[in-house]
Amino acid sequence: MDPLLLSRVQFAANISFHILFPAITISLGWVLLYFKLRYNRTNDHAWMQAYFTWVKVFALSFALGVVSGVTMSFQFGTNWPGYMETVGNIAGPLLAYEVLTAFFLEAVFLGIMLFGFRRVSNRVHTLATALVATGTTFSAFWILALNSWMQTPAGFEMRDGVAHALDWWAVIFNPSFPYRLVHMLLASGLTAAFLIAGLSALRYLLGDRSESMWKTLRTGVALGAILIPIQIFVGDQHGLNTLEHQPAKIAAMEANWETGPNRPLVLFAWPDEAARENRFEIAIPDLASLILRHSAAGVVPGLNQFEGEHPPVAPVFFAFRIMVGIGVLMLVVSWTAAWYLFRRNRLPRPVAYALVPMAVSGWVAVLAGWYTTEIGRQPWLVHGVLKTEQAVGPVTGGQVAFTLAGYLALYAVLLIVYIGVLIYLAVKAAREGERQPDPVVQDRALDQPMRAGE
Amino acid sequence: MNIDWPTLVPLIFAGLMGLSILLYVILDGFDLGIGILFVAAEKEEKDVMIAAIGPFWDANETWLVLAVGLLLVAFPIAHGTILTALYIPVFLLLFGLILRGVAFDFRAKVPAYRKRRWDCIFFAGSALAALAQGYMLGIYVLGLEQGLSAILFALLVAVCLAAAYAAMGAAWLIYKTEDDLQKKAVRWLRRALVFTACGMAAVSAATPLTSPRIFEKWFSLPEIVWLAPLPIISAGLFLWLWRMSYRLPAPDDAHSLKPFVALAFVFALGFAGLAYSFYPYVVPDRITIWQAAAASESLGFILVGTVIVLPIILGYTIYAYRVFGGKATHLSYD
Repeated sequence: MDPLLLSRVQFAANISFHILFPAITISLGWVLLYFKLRYNRTNDHAWMQAYFTWVKVFALSFALGVVSGVTMSFQFGTNWPGYMETVGNIAGPLLAYEVLTAFFLEAVFLGIMLFGFRRVSNRVHTLATALVATGTTFSAFWILALNSWMQTPAGFEMRDGVAHALDWWAVIFNPSFPYRLVHMLLASGLTAAFLIAGLSALRYLLGDRSESMWKTLRTGVALGAILIPIQIFVGDQHGLNTLEHQPAKIAAMEANWETGPNRPLVLFAWPDEAARENRFEIAIPDLASLILRHSAAGVVPGLNQFEGEHPPVAPVFFAFRIMVGIGVLMLVVSWTAAWYLFRRNRLPRPVAYALVPMAVSGWVAVLAGWYTTEIGRQPWLVHGVLKTEQAVGPVTGGQVAFTLAGYLALYAVLLIVYIGVLIYLAVKAAREGERQPDPVVQDRALDQPMRAGE
Repeated sequence: MNIDWPTLVPLIFAGLMGLSILLYVILDGFDLGIGILFVAAEKEEKDVMIAAIGPFWDANETWLVLAVGLLLVAFPIAHGTILTALYIPVFLLLFGLILRGVAFDFRAKVPAYRKRRWDCIFFAGSALAALAQGYMLGIYVLGLEQGLSAILFALLVAVCLAAAYAAMGAAWLIYKTEDDLQKKAVRWLRRALVFTACGMAAVSAATPLTSPRIFEKWFSLPEIVWLAPLPIISAGLFLWLWRMSYRLPAPDDAHSLKPFVALAFVFALGFAGLAYSFYPYVVPDRITIWQAAAASESLGFILVGTVIVLPIILGYTIYAYRVFGGKATHLSYD
């Protein structure tokens, strides 16, 4: 068994599992802060109920993100020691700053955010929520700085085969970083938005007509409807940036085999890497040149320029199309739902039914986008600096196969349980929403957050 | 030794890494220990035990991320060597930590009839993580040798470290609980102490016996004179704890934090002994901290942030412990 291939599959499995949870928590933290601030301003307990429902989802997602993230940090050493040995001088500080500025902040204030509502003042509880949200965002900042550096390395020089930083500003704010960061933050916003909208729609379908259900539903739908056009624009800009710095990736995304002007946009095809051509191609003439170069005569790089040095075409091509397809679906569903909710003040059942499965649309899009960019970086681990095959460690294929099987089984079970619990929480919230607890009792409890010992 | 910047920085980072490992062992030690003690607890007691660690465990585990992060960052070459040699135990550690971390959250959110299942998983994950850490320590102490005798020794250390964590967990429960559970915790502490003492003795004996270099460092004059307090104070603390365990719980809940503090001291002393033994190596007898160190300009860049941020982290960590101070009460999201 090939340890390189198995290690790659294992890393892909770990990072795919891990990214699902930060994709939710990075922006759900801010949504919770929004709920809390609305409550502080209006004193409307429906906002606080929304907070308490979604803070559970946050806690669960956060826990899964933490435990799978710890796995990631060990993976560098167990499977890819060549990575840190070559670029450790760059990657190390970025990872260290993530731990120092983000991990502790989120982990410590999470306790107060989850369980401290009656132990600290309302103001401190709001502050704790804000700090947790800040922490998750800082975390995204550092990880994407590192990931972008691996895509478009800058600000360093190689000495005896080891990367040394020359300019930290250039390392962190490398050419693709701003695009990637904004794209990922928006992706997280969309993931949380559709999760909130989807589970709220589920509650609606179960008969829940409580204020907190309407508030979360409106928040989710509005957030999705606002972010998706911005995301489409940012995604396009990100693509142009990739064209400039990683043309081989763009060529694979487009399954464009020949460099030249007047290149068509391939809508569907079956890329055949052996024959170096597309089968069953459906394409719109000149459109790729128009999109990428804003002129039909614009020269678009093709895979023939990078023979032997370009990523596998089919997975990048399909992953990219899935991501874009989900984006279009998000636009249609969220705008339709927003129109009914905010113009007609109601939610037709077909729209609610459409929103429920869209709860996981963010996940699918994030994974597809992640595969596009990460597989698109191959055969490089650090573009132009370190090949993936050079970083793999001396462990045997058998060992990797054993741990890979363990991780896959564990992840499969956890994913099923996680989704099961989300649905269970939504059903439970729907039941409680119907019951409409006595508001007077609720008022007293919520208005008197106590300090410890008082 | 010439004290210049490239010499000093790896030393500082070795110190920081040591500090975060020690903090991890003490802090996550007690919550892993409570997970291990789950096996001996009644149904209602489990909720109190969880409440005693609920707000803290995540922050405690972050010290492990920092420790591994610093190994990764400051000593990239050692990182690869150590973690590839410990490939399977690292996997078991992670497997255990994942199970434990999610069980924590799932047990509070699943329907009541499924809770027991997650309690079992919480115990299994905590025990597996503790055993894996002990096993890794055992193999590391013997210089990453993986012969049969090394494995047997590592298994012994694994059991003893799990017991030491259980002792920490019991000591934390003595501090955080009252009545019957507190009395039970005292009994748990007494039993776990025996194994903890055996484990420390075993590691202390094995380390110098397997490495002539370390033997030399401990058993020559004048070193032996000023090192003697380490084992003597440790033994004294064990005896004191043993006697204390017959007087707890005391009226008015006096001394309830003392066993925990004493155990933390024992851990610190044991850790100091190990650090002294292995210095200046990061991979025992093979790679020194200077050979493994990353470029000093990179380390300098981290050091700036560390000096600013670490006191802030310690500050808000202490604040969080104070917010949730006192006896553990029922945890709820609202």
